[in-house]
Amino acid sequence: MSGPGELSIITRGLNLYYGAFQALSDISVGIRRGLITSMIGPSGCGKTTLLRCFNRVNERYDYVRTTGEIIVLGRNIYDPDVSLIELRKSVGMVFQRPNPLPVSVYENVVFGLRIHSDRSALKRADLDVAVEKALTEVGLWKDLRDRLKVKATTLQLEQQQKLCIARLLPLKPEVILMDEPCSALDVEGTRGIEELMFELKGRYTIVIVTHNMAQARRASDESIFMLMGKLVEHAPTEDLFLNPKNPKTLEYIEGRYG
Amino acid sequence: MSAVPLTPGGAAAERRPTRSTLSLLGERVIEALIKLSGVSAVIFVVAIFFFIFREAAPVLWSKDFHILEFLFSTEWYPTSVSNVRYGTLALTVGTLSVTAVAIVLAVPFGLGAAIFVSEFCSPKLKETLKIVIELLAAIPSVVWGFVGLTVMSKIIVTLTGTAVGVNLLNGGVILALMSVPIIVSIGEDALRAVPDSYREAAVALGATRWQTVYRVLLPAAKNGLLAAVLLGVGRAVGETMAVLMATGHAVHIPDGLLNSVRTLTANVAAELGEAPAGSSHYRVLFLTGVLLFWITMVVNVAADLVVRGIRRK
Repeated sequence: MSGPGELSIITRGLNLYYGAFQALSDISVGIRRGLITSMIGPSGCGKTTLLRCFNRVNERYDYVRTTGEIIVLGRNIYDPDVSLIELRKSVGMVFQRPNPLPVSVYENVVFGLRIHSDRSALKRADLDVAVEKALTEVGLWKDLRDRLKVKATTLQLEQQQKLCIARLLPLKPEVILMDEPCSALDVEGTRGIEELMFELKGRYTIVIVTHNMAQARRASDESIFMLMGKLVEHAPTEDLFLNPKNPKTLEYIEGRYG
Repeated sequence: MSAVPLTPGGAAAERRPTRSTLSLLGERVIEALIKLSGVSAVIFVVAIFFFIFREAAPVLWSKDFHILEFLFSTEWYPTSVSNVRYGTLALTVGTLSVTAVAIVLAVPFGLGAAIFVSEFCSPKLKETLKIVIELLAAIPSVVWGFVGLTVMSKIIVTLTGTAVGVNLLNGGVILALMSVPIIVSIGEDALRAVPDSYREAAVALGATRWQTVYRVLLPAAKNGLLAAVLLGVGRAVGETMAVLMATGHAVHIPDGLLNSVRTLTANVAAELGEAPAGSSHYRVLFLTGVLLFWITMVVNVAADLVVRGIRRK
């Protein structure tokens, strides 16, 4: 493992309970800055739950209880003086089903800026620049430059998902969490998102939860295998798939269960 | 599909032994019944309009009656011996003003309560509130009339020092109280129908609860919320008994909140029993019904156009 300076997210002894059910037990993991880390494992293994801890979006439900430490960008996010709003600005999230808001493409991209700045601080010209920059970064600008007023929910699914990534960018996040971002997309759409992930890699730390082992294998630098709420193995993707240390990992990647 | 056999043991029935003639016939009967109940709404509306208009129509050609006077005069003297005048403008204004007061009071409270129930309160409180709100909707209008006549009128006299407590304000408040439960329960349904993924998207971007509500949920649910408001308004326009008791029943264009007014509905309810069947007065009251019918239709059509306009955006 590398030094803490290169880690974007560190958890220590993380436990999470949904009511009485323990969904994560004793997770200690370090996620490296600027790389793509995938989390794999069978349904219900806790990979999505773990992902949703990193921006504390789990706390929307009041029966969730978390113990342990999560350090994102050098700060324990459970410290009382940590602002949830700042945390969620620097840790963006992309969901399983593309969920653009039911407003225009333009308004989707500037949504983050609008909710995080005073109305007077937002100049139309700055917003325009932010929209062009974000859409260019995700490769949508050419297709959508003349359709910025179109309702975002009418776009193709792939474009919707890219838009969901684009709307994170004006907030200058450090980490992008992706919860099975391709599961609603076809082969072309999946390829589009994966290519975009490679584009974004380096500037952002990307954590992706996926059901698709082939996707983890071709699209990530490091992989984490989880089972029954526990972290089984965390290794560079190539090692995890070619020389898994844990027999359970081997059985899973060979498809004996899952 | 082949023809349905009408006689048992027909050739078609033999080819399809699993379905008896009786069950096929039963299916047709049920289909016809469902179709009938589907079109019955249209039939009823047309029939109601027809019968009301039939009662009203003869007066249109009577020499006591002028349609312009009926619509635009404030003089309502239906029982005058020497000079009968049937002007409903004051009544129309009464209906519109009471409705306006009710909307001004009910919409913010109703939508606010709907937002609170759907987005801000704990599940336990939510259940309790919903039950109480539904109870509120079930109170008969005559009981609301009592409340207006006794409780509200005293409150208004004490607070404003006016001489008469049954007036425009009283009627508006009572109608608002009657409309709020409708606005809340339909508005809450509309907000609940907004997919949770929108809330999640906003929260993950760091939006506060209130930002989520007014930037995401209100735009997403605007059709449903508009429907909630319009159903509330519909109740206010058509309500009779409560406004009859709470508004003071004076034929007069109000120049302030504390004036007594009379509404079209209350006027019909109060006078129809006294008007001799077939008389001009009787027919004019039916014509008032036709006028009300048009007012509600205009409101509904306008609402429909607005909703469609929003949807197209």
